[in-house]
Amino acid sequence: MKHIAKLTLAAFGALAATGAAQAADAKACWIYVGPIGDYGWSYQHHQGLLAVEEAYGDRVETAYLESVSEGADAERAIERFARSGCDIVFTTSFGFMDATNKIAARFPDVKFEHATGYKRETPNVATFNSKFYQGRYILGQIAASVSEEGVAGYIGSFPIPEVVRGINSFMLGAQSVDPDFEVKIVWVNTWFDPGRESDAAKALVDQGVDILVQHTDSTAPMQVGEERGIMAFGQASDMFAFGPNTQLTSIVDDWASYYIERVGAVLDGTWEQVDVWGGLADGHVVMAPYWNMPYEVAAMANETEKRIMVGDFEPFTGPINRQDGTEWLAEGETATEGELLGMNFYIEGIDDQLPE
Amino acid sequence: MMRVELVRRSQHSALFSAVSPLIALAITALIGAIMFAALGKSPVAALHAYFIEPLTEIWSIHELLIKATPLILIAVGLSICFLSNNWNIGAEGQFVMGAIAGSVLPVLYPGLTGPLVLPVMLVMGLAGGAAWATIPAFLKARFGTNEILSSLMLVYVAQLFLDWLVRGPWRNPEGFNFPETRSFHADAILPEMFSASGRAHYGFVFAILAALVVWFVLSRTLKGYEIRVLGESPRAGRFAGFSARRMVFFAFIVSGALAGLAGIVEVSGAIGQLRPTISPGYGFTAIIVAFLGRLNPLGIVAAGLILALSYLGGEAAQISLGVSDKVANVFQGVLLFSVLAADTLIRYRVRIVRPAPARLEPAQ
Amino acid sequence: MSPEIIQAIVLTTATAATPLLIAALGELVVERSGVLNLGVEGMMIIGAVTGFGAAQLFGSPWMGVFAAIVCGALFSLLFAFLTLSLATNQVATGLSLTLLGLGVAGMAGEQFVGLPGIKLQPIAVPGLSELPVIGPLLFAQDPIFYMSILLAIGVWWFIFRTRAGLTLRAVGDNHGSAHALGINVLRMRYLAVMFGGACAGLAGAHLSLVYTPQWVENMTAGRGWIALALVVFASWLPWRVVVGAYLFGAVTIAQFHAQAQGVAIPSQFLSALPYLATIVVLVLISSNRRMTMRNTPASLGKPFVPER
Repeated sequence: MKHIAKLTLAAFGALAATGAAQAADAKACWIYVGPIGDYGWSYQHHQGLLAVEEAYGDRVETAYLESVSEGADAERAIERFARSGCDIVFTTSFGFMDATNKIAARFPDVKFEHATGYKRETPNVATFNSKFYQGRYILGQIAASVSEEGVAGYIGSFPIPEVVRGINSFMLGAQSVDPDFEVKIVWVNTWFDPGRESDAAKALVDQGVDILVQHTDSTAPMQVGEERGIMAFGQASDMFAFGPNTQLTSIVDDWASYYIERVGAVLDGTWEQVDVWGGLADGHVVMAPYWNMPYEVAAMANETEKRIMVGDFEPFTGPINRQDGTEWLAEGETATEGELLGMNFYIEGIDDQLPE
Repeated sequence: MMRVELVRRSQHSALFSAVSPLIALAITALIGAIMFAALGKSPVAALHAYFIEPLTEIWSIHELLIKATPLILIAVGLSICFLSNNWNIGAEGQFVMGAIAGSVLPVLYPGLTGPLVLPVMLVMGLAGGAAWATIPAFLKARFGTNEILSSLMLVYVAQLFLDWLVRGPWRNPEGFNFPETRSFHADAILPEMFSASGRAHYGFVFAILAALVVWFVLSRTLKGYEIRVLGESPRAGRFAGFSARRMVFFAFIVSGALAGLAGIVEVSGAIGQLRPTISPGYGFTAIIVAFLGRLNPLGIVAAGLILALSYLGGEAAQISLGVSDKVANVFQGVLLFSVLAADTLIRYRVRIVRPAPARLEPAQ
Repeated sequence: MSPEIIQAIVLTTATAATPLLIAALGELVVERSGVLNLGVEGMMIIGAVTGFGAAQLFGSPWMGVFAAIVCGALFSLLFAFLTLSLATNQVATGLSLTLLGLGVAGMAGEQFVGLPGIKLQPIAVPGLSELPVIGPLLFAQDPIFYMSILLAIGVWWFIFRTRAGLTLRAVGDNHGSAHALGINVLRMRYLAVMFGGACAGLAGAHLSLVYTPQWVENMTAGRGWIALALVVFASWLPWRVVVGAYLFGAVTIAQFHAQAQGVAIPSQFLSALPYLATIVVLVLISSNRRMTMRNTPASLGKPFVPER
């Protein structure tokens, strides 16, 4: 009996070992907050993982955990990665920030990269984010040019700085074309619930907006636009397939180039702590093709995109007033990264109250 | 067609009480092996990742205890509810409100430190959960409002309230307006039991204590008798002089308090601050745990550990085999079904009946 | 609010309420037979993924509807076998069914992510759909909306006006005496559970073929739970399920309109309104305790094993 037990254990061990016996130079691991099938935030990060596999082939082994809750599970998931031989761990949601730093302090040989956060407590933690707001300025310009009613409907997930920044940037772009442009904002309190997003989009259209902007992840608002004949902008992915007659453009999260670069740095031993906030210029934010709009509008959008890319223009450049009319940025002054990071106020011209 | 027939045993089978978990494990292993083989993964490696890998390392056992703590605490409380026929399915909301109430001190008064902070937090957590559970209890006792609906709806309300707090008035003033409260100071953190080897905190001790106390109450006291009698037959309970109305409050308050304790323990011991998401659905999973443990607090401890193991094993399998978390969910479902089905053997004999060969009916 | 806005709210509400209504009606029949199936969410997501998949495969949304109904019913058989033939605990089995359903649907739907769905097009009843106000609401909707209304009437008629419905209620109220009367309790319950599964499947198909024609993981987003709550809300009466589903949908939609008009209330409080409204209304109507008691299936959740 004892003998059999021993044999079984040995067999278990041998079979379990075969899985891990790959000769890769590095192991890169990802933690996603949502399912990779969300076709939004987590889906795009996973596309980055696939791009890394494509770029390095057998040299890099990858692993991922999806739908990791931002509570106590996050710390365990990150520790498991650190212990299972990962050389670099990407934690791709803001809520993983403290867990990432805690584990990083205990595993100094493993590199950690946290998306959208600001804490880098040990030298092996880097942070990265994208300047999606740059794209939103372009959306604003397009919206104000093609809208007949002069009112856009904006579907927000949660009133966090990332989203507020996007709304402000959108309005700055719109005001550069039509100073009286208006926006109606609806918060759905979720990043991802196609039904709710669709309900919110319909409510906005019924309220008379003729452009839909979304800062939520599903393609539902785009489909509402297509059905009701209302122009719309996509988010996270190119949603053209869901709104061929409706999508003007989309802000695409493209993490591939960043991930390939950082995993490459681990491979040749040049990895260093960074705080990267990449934008259009770095290829982290990509505009889907300008479509369903007059040529001049597309040309203007293209022009703005180029100017931002070469560093000729930055959306948050004064003069900009706060909502109550007081001055925020003087003529020619640009916002600091700290101000951008924690933005929690609307700019002048937004006729809505920021939920507190 | 073959049919399955159950024959009630005159008493619970002691043999199958002991053996049924093993049968369940065997069925799970068999179905799991087929499933993993169909996915092109080594079944042996998969089962190893699930049931053995999480138990081979000390840190992982710590994590197991952390994961099991809220499940056990909540499920123990729910056992009183379910035994007394009170359908509290809103433990998730009570968990959240316990976490919020318990966090008042470290979030709003971070200057207050000292050894008294933690006990006060725990008591407030208990009170917060209990208070939230009192709402469906009151509605049921006073208006006859069905508690399944009210307790479930209050889950969403509690979650949205937490969301509002951490994005609004309670958010960290130094946190760049991100949705989280300030981190708890050292005196507000539930200490780790053996900090040298892992981060399991004293919450697990609370869970075991709660299970022992409730087990004692249920099996050795008049209150336990009252709970069972009122659960099985309110009419008989009335004859015995028990008040069904008071029982509604008792059951909801105890289970709400334990869920609230689980909430503050999770936040103070495992997370260290309030965030929009503090639970991956513990309050709902705990309902499964309660029934898996046959509504017996000691069984619940075992069931909580098994379910926690299936979560950890799922993660291990995702990493070492590269299967998706959907596969882990399916496997967890298979495990639960097997355990539930195997338990049938304790109470019933299963007979497979073949239909008698077709007879020719005599002509009228 | 202008009449156009109100009409728009009502129209949108119908779409939001239809999946809740269908799933809740199915669960109502299940519970009337004395079985509590908490797996609605899981059966619904199975319907959503199979509906989407079959519509893609055959190029016809109607095939999707058909597949969703069949697969929802088949999936519920698993629950039926465990709880009825093996007498397992219904609450735990139902919750496990939800876990399993979410997992299976996620696995099955992996290749559908990012594909635009095929929408089940609305059918306008000639003539009637041009009537003011009620025309677009009642006579220019998607086919599943019509089905939901017919289903509500059908379920009411079945439960209160047919012999089989009487049998169903007898089984749910007291399975012991129903058995003694010679009713095959388990067969009745099997059929009821499968009906519930078929309805949940249809509700899921509404999500992936009408409401938001696409497939994404977890797209039911808790609607199965709301459907469960609505059955309780309705005190097991079909017409009240209709009221509940539309009330819930209307409050959800109305709060979006309020936000769009710039009402300065935190969105979390507005989002909580449908849940609070449901509780408040239930409290108001549950003061009539006798009626509630009369309609509550007394054997709900209790396993039945025929003595032989």
